[in-house]
Amino acid sequence: MSITGLEVEVERDDGFETEEMTLNMGPQHPSTHGVLRFVIKADGEVMRKATPDVGYLHRSIEKIAEKVGYASFMPYTDRVDYVAAMPCNQGWAMVTERLAGIEVPRRGEFCRVIATELNRIASHLLAVGSMAMDIGAYTPFTHALRERELINELLQELCGSRLTFNYMRIGGCAWDLPPRFGEKAIEYLDHLEPIIDEYNALISFNKIYVERLASVAVISREEAIDYNLVGPNLRGSGVKYDVRRDEPYSVYPEIDFDIPVGTGEAGIVGDSYDRYMVRIREMKECCKIIRQCLSKMEPGPVIAKVPRNLKPKPGEAYVRVESARGDMGWYCVSDGSTAPYRLKIRTGSFAAMSAIEHVSRGLMIADLVALIASLDIVAPEVDR
Amino acid sequence: MQEFVDGLIASGALPAGMPTWLLYAAAMLVFGSLVIFVFALLVAGVTSWIERRVWGRMQSRVGPNRVGPQGALQWLADGIKNLLKEDIIPTAADSKLFRLAPYVVVAGFAASFVVVPFASKWIIADLNIGILYLTAVTALVVIGILMAGWASNNKWSLLGGIRSAAQIVSYEIPAGLSLFPAVLLAGTLSMQGIIREQGWAPWDWYAFHNPFAFVAFVIFFVSALAEGNRTPFDLPEAETELVAGFMTEYSGMRSLMFFLAEWGNLYVIGAVVTTLYLGGWQIPHVTDSVILTQVLQLGVFFLKAYFWVFVAMWVRATLPRVRVDQLMVVCWKYLVPIAFINLAGTAVTMVVLHEVPVLALPLRLGITAVALAIVVAFFRRVRYQLRRARPELYLSPVI
Amino acid sequence: MNSAEIVDRLRARFGDKIGDFDDKAGDPFVYVQPDAIDEVCGHLKNDEALAFDALSNLSGVDHPKTSTIQVVYHLYSYRHRHMIVLKVSANREDPVIRTVAGVWRAANWHEREVFDLLGVRFEGHPDLRRLLMPEDWVGHPLRKDFVEPEEYHGIKTSRESPIHGIKTSHESPTK
Repeated sequence: MSITGLEVEVERDDGFETEEMTLNMGPQHPSTHGVLRFVIKADGEVMRKATPDVGYLHRSIEKIAEKVGYASFMPYTDRVDYVAAMPCNQGWAMVTERLAGIEVPRRGEFCRVIATELNRIASHLLAVGSMAMDIGAYTPFTHALRERELINELLQELCGSRLTFNYMRIGGCAWDLPPRFGEKAIEYLDHLEPIIDEYNALISFNKIYVERLASVAVISREEAIDYNLVGPNLRGSGVKYDVRRDEPYSVYPEIDFDIPVGTGEAGIVGDSYDRYMVRIREMKECCKIIRQCLSKMEPGPVIAKVPRNLKPKPGEAYVRVESARGDMGWYCVSDGSTAPYRLKIRTGSFAAMSAIEHVSRGLMIADLVALIASLDIVAPEVDR
Repeated sequence: MQEFVDGLIASGALPAGMPTWLLYAAAMLVFGSLVIFVFALLVAGVTSWIERRVWGRMQSRVGPNRVGPQGALQWLADGIKNLLKEDIIPTAADSKLFRLAPYVVVAGFAASFVVVPFASKWIIADLNIGILYLTAVTALVVIGILMAGWASNNKWSLLGGIRSAAQIVSYEIPAGLSLFPAVLLAGTLSMQGIIREQGWAPWDWYAFHNPFAFVAFVIFFVSALAEGNRTPFDLPEAETELVAGFMTEYSGMRSLMFFLAEWGNLYVIGAVVTTLYLGGWQIPHVTDSVILTQVLQLGVFFLKAYFWVFVAMWVRATLPRVRVDQLMVVCWKYLVPIAFINLAGTAVTMVVLHEVPVLALPLRLGITAVALAIVVAFFRRVRYQLRRARPELYLSPVI
Repeated sequence: MNSAEIVDRLRARFGDKIGDFDDKAGDPFVYVQPDAIDEVCGHLKNDEALAFDALSNLSGVDHPKTSTIQVVYHLYSYRHRHMIVLKVSANREDPVIRTVAGVWRAANWHEREVFDLLGVRFEGHPDLRRLLMPEDWVGHPLRKDFVEPEEYHGIKTSRESPIHGIKTSHESPTK
């Protein structure tokens, strides 16, 4: 779409000539989370239409999968969503294991769940911190990142890197938990839970913050399902659905945790505040899951025996894992060779991005920023 | 300054034969240049450093600490860097207005220093319309911001400029209305006059004179924050929405002019709040020496004014931003009616106290006690939080 | 409800628009004619007992060997918690399929992506244009026979490996 900025439309509104302004919230902008572009047609401060223009981060990961093969593709899955990379690893491993009929040992599953939940906390911390910063409060961002830094150190001990982990392998995990990892993780969780309350006292219940987010960009239940919004976006609109609970995989059936749902406590069900509070509450649930996993683990192998040149039987599989941004669908078609015939990754941010054009009608430009932040959109997931 | 010069002639420090108007003018110019070039620029620069350090500590990080001891020369380094930067003017921008805009803003800011009372004899010009002049001159900033927004030929700058104009013009009303209780109580618009009517003790300050004046003091501070484009009202420079708003296209020294005006304006806000409601430079009589009294008064005034600068930084670190329409709602639906009520209430209180003078002192002491209780409760809460704060965890990696 | 029952219901209503049902695969799927897919999906969504209110995935698969492009629909129901997989086969030379964007708004961008990367035209789509690739890109990258163009707007798409430009003082085994 070519926007020169010179297109104007003259509307007669009560006999008063007005022009619509075409603004470009371009690929380089301090507030869009990654390289996203919006073409906004605004009437003063109120937007008539905000059209997203995606594709700036398209790296053809799906085509690369057809070339590099099952085992070598694992590092690429980190980059599909680098903020929450562990669930992406898990999704790819699970879809390959289903195609090839590999069973993961029990300790491997527990390691996967612990890593995924730690990463989920880190991702939510970043999401709520960025959201606070987009609304204008600079302090909660640094506080959230301070806590995320400690998780990065834990995960660095686990697998060697802080952002793109490449921790899981087809058949299990690459390495077992390091010595004393369980104690350090529990120490961290004991440290984190009161800090979430402190964070709430700082910003979540602040009147200005609530006023900015309550009843803003309401996505009703039917709209959320129709646009295939997933994860905290869907739960914020009142649908109590979580892949870990409703289509369970790995060791989630054995773990007891709650699913927070948006209840419209500050305004209407499905507004930005609900989506935000769902993320805050999910962090506490993740702490519960990690504690249970650490207490239920038993010694054993963490990876199954997998042939070096893995050649799954021809067929196809569709697996859904609950990432921090909702359920990711991994659809893989195999033709019996060492590389998948077709891989499709369906992400939560893709659907959220497609919903923005409709939801943003009548919002103000300041609300668009709050909307993008509350939907927790990361650019690499949209473009892959 | 005229009193000061008279005092100096009387004590023999200046020759008596020269025409007095020349001496007055020279004194005003010299003091004015000292104020602008030594005081205002220095205060604006150092405020930027203090703001970054205070912010850093509130956000559990350090802030600038490399350039000079504890980073104290950071502002100087930034100033020199900006002077040496390339001066970029967009081709499609209206270059005359683009160049003029920062100077208009700085002119508005510098002109407000004319009536800032540093001590009882040190003020550039004690105009008898003091506070009215200040209100008028700070409105000059609006023109500069609008010019900057429009001349940048950038729709985001335009939005920022328009938002800022709407905000400043709207918040002039509650600010203006909230300074009238002090004017009513003092009976004069002149800054030194208002301070002279107050005393050095807290219960002699106008803030604690009657409950309406107390509320007016709070409203004045909030409106002044809004006029200075400070959070929670910093929409015109909202970084996450407008990429620095009306200042987007400016680079180098021109952008630093805007920041200079903003930080310096913080001090002017603090100074005006102190003058009107917190007793200004009043100190108890401790010495007979003129110069020493002046210096002590200057110190007291500076500390009181700078405390409010610190509070403004504190507020900025804590609170999120208010949206444009909510900002207008707060101003027109809440602050303006309350300001009117304060004005009427103060007038009524003055009449009542005139009839029943014995009520005056207990009322003042009562409100001072209430304010003191609020401050004590605040510090107790801080102590409670500090006791509950968990030390930061340092997880040492195995490697 | 499992897939076999759903397919029986569909066959009862739509007859020969429903093709083969593959029961042996991990996720059983059924073929649907390309010109009837929107009616079938509309029925799947609106019928009370089926209630497939969410389009979980829509992807295109290129099969040059059989000269078809298949579009795979994974549908999910939040109310009844069941899933069905539909497949539509289109001719590879000129693939045209009816759109389901009127049934689920989620399909809008998914179909744009399939159009962009595989070249399938969706009849009735409100806004069918490229999504991920630039507006003026030529070709459909995810096709098996896609050859990357040599340059795009004057920028070369390949370059010599930098290692060949390194001069060393001794013979390097990689050269």
